[in-house]
Amino acid sequence: MNLSIKIGLGSCGLAAGAGEVYKAIEKYLAEKKLNINLQKTACIGLCFEEPLMEIIADGENSITYGQVAEAQIGDLIEAFQSGKPITKNVVLSNFMNASENENLQKQKRIVLRNCGIINPQSIEDYLERDGYKALEKALKLERKKIIDEMKNSGLRGRGGAGFPTGLKWEFAYNSQNDKKYIVCNADEGDPGAFMDRSVLEGDPHSVIEGMIIGAFAIGADEGYIYCRAEYPLAIRHLKKAIADAEAKGFLGDKILGTNFKFKLHIKEGAGAFVCGEETALMASIEGERGMPRIRPPFPAQSGLWGKPTNINNVETLANIAWIILNGASEYKKYGTEDSPGTKVFALAGKIKNSGLIEVPMGIPLKDVIYGVGGGMKTEKPFKGVQLGGPSGGCVPASLLETTVDYASINKTGAIMGSGGMVVMDTGTCMVDVAKFFLDFTQKESCGKCTFCRIGTKRMLEILTKITDGKGKIEDLQKLEELSENIIKGSLCGLGQTAPNPVLTTMKYFKEEYLAHIEAKKCPAGVCVALQRYEIIADKCIGCTVCAKKCPVKAISGEVKKVHFINQTECIKCGICFDVCKFSAINKS
Amino acid sequence: MKNKKEVDRIIAKYNGKKGALIPLLQEIQEIDRYLSKDAMRYVSEKTDVKLAQIYGVATFYTMFRLKPQGKHIIRICKGTACHVSDANSILKQLRETLKLEGDEDTTKDGMFTLMEVACLGCCSLAPVIMINDDTFGKLVPDSISEILKKYN
Repeated sequence: MNLSIKIGLGSCGLAAGAGEVYKAIEKYLAEKKLNINLQKTACIGLCFEEPLMEIIADGENSITYGQVAEAQIGDLIEAFQSGKPITKNVVLSNFMNASENENLQKQKRIVLRNCGIINPQSIEDYLERDGYKALEKALKLERKKIIDEMKNSGLRGRGGAGFPTGLKWEFAYNSQNDKKYIVCNADEGDPGAFMDRSVLEGDPHSVIEGMIIGAFAIGADEGYIYCRAEYPLAIRHLKKAIADAEAKGFLGDKILGTNFKFKLHIKEGAGAFVCGEETALMASIEGERGMPRIRPPFPAQSGLWGKPTNINNVETLANIAWIILNGASEYKKYGTEDSPGTKVFALAGKIKNSGLIEVPMGIPLKDVIYGVGGGMKTEKPFKGVQLGGPSGGCVPASLLETTVDYASINKTGAIMGSGGMVVMDTGTCMVDVAKFFLDFTQKESCGKCTFCRIGTKRMLEILTKITDGKGKIEDLQKLEELSENIIKGSLCGLGQTAPNPVLTTMKYFKEEYLAHIEAKKCPAGVCVALQRYEIIADKCIGCTVCAKKCPVKAISGEVKKVHFINQTECIKCGICFDVCKFSAINKS
Repeated sequence: MKNKKEVDRIIAKYNGKKGALIPLLQEIQEIDRYLSKDAMRYVSEKTDVKLAQIYGVATFYTMFRLKPQGKHIIRICKGTACHVSDANSILKQLRETLKLEGDEDTTKDGMFTLMEVACLGCCSLAPVIMINDDTFGKLVPDSISEILKKYN
């Protein structure tokens, strides 16, 4: 039996200890003098089961084990070799029962077609799976034909706004200039979203191939991938991929023997969320403060250094090669009329199967969360799901039948966004979540537009007041007015969408705002200022530990007698609750 | 500014390249692990880029640090998934263990600098911190002191 082993070494795998597992296998194979081919791959999306180890026999029968510990690897390999593989923690397999087989069957993987399967640092692996065949095909087509194919496919920008990609390409194509640029927006800044990171780490060539085809179609000879510096592994894989593609003649002068030339650079971001906005991103590439510019002129007319520029998101670009190879009509078989194709989502928060999934557009949210996502992580029931990060909104349980497509999601007040889905249970306070997002956008506002700069700050102050139990009923009106003005008075998407989390939580969870304001209570028990600690007289034995640990001396009482918390002095730090060994402190 | 020669080398490397200010400053920051006033002044003199523009860029992006940094950088993720998984309790524990008061972010012995970052992209392991290049996930406040011991 010819064995090979694959280890997922994406960022999530590495964080879960996959690097140590890889080293341990290397050592084991050397010690036992075993001739097993050990390979690296990236993330298949089952982040909650990392570290993952796949054992494959003769390139056919395979088992993927989850949550692999260094100590287990010898047993796993030996049992597999003996023909009686261990059945515990089998997450995927093509010949035996596995916990996540169904999970993967429910997905349609176009963007993630190679992620977790190939070695992202090997161009040969990519070539073996039809890599750069689409480029070969595209170079033989008329440029206009490629753009038409994109328009026919109905592919819409996956960065958030959903603008039709083919149309965007056409604008840049029609722009007359001797110099044009194509840019890949890999500045994935939404907290809770990691789709682009996984694609860049797991299949960098798919994005590069998409860019080369796009460059050829619009007539660009230079391109930039703007990647956030917080993704060092993605940048490393991209650099290797670009060098390999240059060596094979897919990049550079006379690509595949034609007269088409294309030079690709990587630009590392420096930490500014607003640079995900395309005009701010271009300012950043030019070495300036990343502040948005007024449109028009649009980038397709005047972009980088005043030249026509086309900007696409990572996930959008990863679709291109597949569409060129398989055709627009094949692509349209997935998804809906208005939103064809698939969408990658990053599931996180209080969900069982947190990780990366790719599903056809048009499936109900309920099927994403309870089907592919496996439902809630704990016994606490579902409360809401945040779609689209700080620009998006919170969708409540009553709207879980909403289908995942641009129009339906917009109707709820949320947005599709880049694809982050953070699931919340009843232990999450919605006012606190709204405050969290406002805190984020307020810090990330570049300061150019007054309403975005100052309006978000005022909104944050009001929300802080409410969570501190000092809110008034008229504050809700003020939040609405401020929201309206920030949306109207901001130049770019950051400001125009910043109030969305507040507006949607006020719409769907109004009773929670009212509880904070009128009853001075946080129903989820999250807002610290609204918590109350009391000593349960029956349980207190007078050990004095709480009184000794209280940092503000708010607890009084004699030894072996019931203690008492002075509520006006209590700062709600919760230390007494943590240190009491007799569960004699009640937190409400 | 410890190593003028190295700064000169970096400036020469980016000489004449368009849009080079950010990568130039990023590389110079690597030397002292922060951008000192002296370094920014020196770059301005050598490159003819106005000091105001350099300072403008350095203050706009969060990756530029204008104060000396601790030996180890701790990044605590404040992303959405970490927030709903109670990253605040981890932050509180870190600040207590490191004895950071008020708005201090670097320990008195210069061993650690604590930074809050938007999202490290390891949402399935929330709450997460990163020390230098190592990521630690699924944390509870009690895990902190053990982790920090590895770096002392």
